[in-house]
Amino acid sequence: MEFFNELTQTILNGVAIGCIYGMVALGFVLIYKSTEVINFAQGELLMLGAFISYSLITQLHLSYWTALVITILAMGIVGAILERVVLRSLVGEPTYAIVIVTIGISYFIRSVVSMVPGWGTDTYGFRTPFTDKFLRWGDVVISYEYLSIVVLAFVLIAVVFVFFGYSRMGTAMRATSQNQLAAVYMGISVTRVFSLTWTIAAALGGIGGILLAPITFVHMNMGFIGLKAVPAAVLGGFTSPPGAIVGGLIIGITESLAGVYLEEGWKDIAAWIILIAVLIIRPQGLFGIQEKKKV
Amino acid sequence: MRFLMKTDYYQDIRLFKYRSTFFWYLALVVGCLFLPKILDEYMLSQLTFICIYAVAGVGLMLLTGFTGQISMGHAAFLAIGSYTSAVLTAKGVPFLLALPASGVTAALVGIVIGRPILHLTGLYLAIATMGAAFIIEEILVRWESITNGNMGMMVDTPVIFGFNFDTEIRFFYLSLAVLIIVLLLAKNILRSPTGRAFIAIRDSEIAAEAMGINLPSFKTQSFAVSAFFTGIAGSLYAHKIFFINPESYTIMQSIELLAIVIIGGLGSLHGAVYGSIFFIFLPQLIIISKDYLPSFVQDQTGLQPALFGLLIILVMLFEPMGIYGRWLKTKFYFEWFPLYKKDSFKREKKYQKAERH
Repeated sequence: MEFFNELTQTILNGVAIGCIYGMVALGFVLIYKSTEVINFAQGELLMLGAFISYSLITQLHLSYWTALVITILAMGIVGAILERVVLRSLVGEPTYAIVIVTIGISYFIRSVVSMVPGWGTDTYGFRTPFTDKFLRWGDVVISYEYLSIVVLAFVLIAVVFVFFGYSRMGTAMRATSQNQLAAVYMGISVTRVFSLTWTIAAALGGIGGILLAPITFVHMNMGFIGLKAVPAAVLGGFTSPPGAIVGGLIIGITESLAGVYLEEGWKDIAAWIILIAVLIIRPQGLFGIQEKKKV
Repeated sequence: MRFLMKTDYYQDIRLFKYRSTFFWYLALVVGCLFLPKILDEYMLSQLTFICIYAVAGVGLMLLTGFTGQISMGHAAFLAIGSYTSAVLTAKGVPFLLALPASGVTAALVGIVIGRPILHLTGLYLAIATMGAAFIIEEILVRWESITNGNMGMMVDTPVIFGFNFDTEIRFFYLSLAVLIIVLLLAKNILRSPTGRAFIAIRDSEIAAEAMGINLPSFKTQSFAVSAFFTGIAGSLYAHKIFFINPESYTIMQSIELLAIVIIGGLGSLHGAVYGSIFFIFLPQLIIISKDYLPSFVQDQTGLQPALFGLLIILVMLFEPMGIYGRWLKTKFYFEWFPLYKKDSFKREKKYQKAERH
């Protein structure tokens, strides 16, 4: 019984962390799906969101829910500005150029955050409505913070899934990702698609940040979780929003299990071992579409 | 204006295009030999780092710039080179053997991890190499009997035939010599059938395969050669900084290496050198320009990475061909002086088709 409780607890923790990975991965997937680019600054957007919500809650004394809404809006604006100022002029450039630019953006955001008065390089925390509340089920304990992550992640994935599958703009995004020129001929405004994609992806990063903040605390290097989300996105197939969450869950649970039952060190590389195995065996991921090359 | 009359095929693959080019390179090398006379120890040490990063940059350039395969895990090969050389010289193996050995070890590891992942393309390959680098880094941390784990290990100064490279000047000459050898090797690889196959793969994998190029074989060769040069750079790096631990070789360093070749200019050996000059002298430039900035900005520790990030973005926005591209344009301007047309290098915007369908 002891063993089963420990196992359940470990898996539940893994699920919560996995949902965070999944949410960051969702940001990757959104941008990859419509612009064929991996945004290596996604983790930094999450960090920026966490810092904004931290300032709103502890310094302006706003309520958690107001802060959540303002953070989402603010991050959306950040995303739109990034797209307008930097990425729009790179449409049609080779992929590596855009990847390097997103890496440059991540450097920039990280160091600018460290320079903002009141943020800096220290670690912060804040209280949320979920802090110190637990759900007990025998010996297994789930904190409300974890629960909030799981619930919100699944709500978001449903929204994104429906948006992509059934809305006009979602269809336009899918069309743009397949063939930009054909999309233009069909009357789709490619620039608007890109702009909206970045806005949504940055807003998702903001939500991830505010959810993650109570668990890992707010600090400058929070953004490195973005790297952990890459295996999640690959595992899911990089083009599939539900795949991102499933990938995140698998990575989160594996990591959590490796942390408890394997020797020290395995936890940090478990995700990467899975990643390489997936890339060797099934490069298109669990939910991805098989790549076919045409001459 | 200068005209070049080509009469046979071999003129296309000559080591130096014009006879005067050879003269200018020779002058540059001789000029470099006199640098220690005019520069202080600190600047010399920075020049040494430029040489070391340029060696690593040439390695990555062969892979990314000429074969078109992006690697985001080259710091791992740097680490393998460093550790091989450090362990071997600590066991009494002469440096002259340890240097190539570190390259060979890196190349062997490159073949082992390259073989299964090289069928991937573009971003997937970049991600796979990143994952491989994380795993190698963790192995270096855990394999304590050899690498001493997180404690790190001390590295001796290199000794060749009893001659100790223990001063900045001597080490500068050593790394300059290695850089020149590596550049010549790379240049010769590139004009051989192997190198031309690399370039064919970069330009179009399908066309290259149709021409009878064995894709897996040549991609692995490119990966191995690239790892070899980066391993050599790693060996020099270890002997330069005297103390190595796994934390010196992170994903950040891999990204910096990639930034070096891309900012320098993909697809040219010059680019690797320009990129590392840019990368090493940028912090110097920032330190110098600090005096002219308002005081609350001056003391920020984040200033340097912020400017680094900003410059990467600006270079990519305004000069995607990198510093080498800018150099080409300047040269072109003077070569064609009265006839220069501004739009000669104008970029054509393309709408993209997905790689996946």
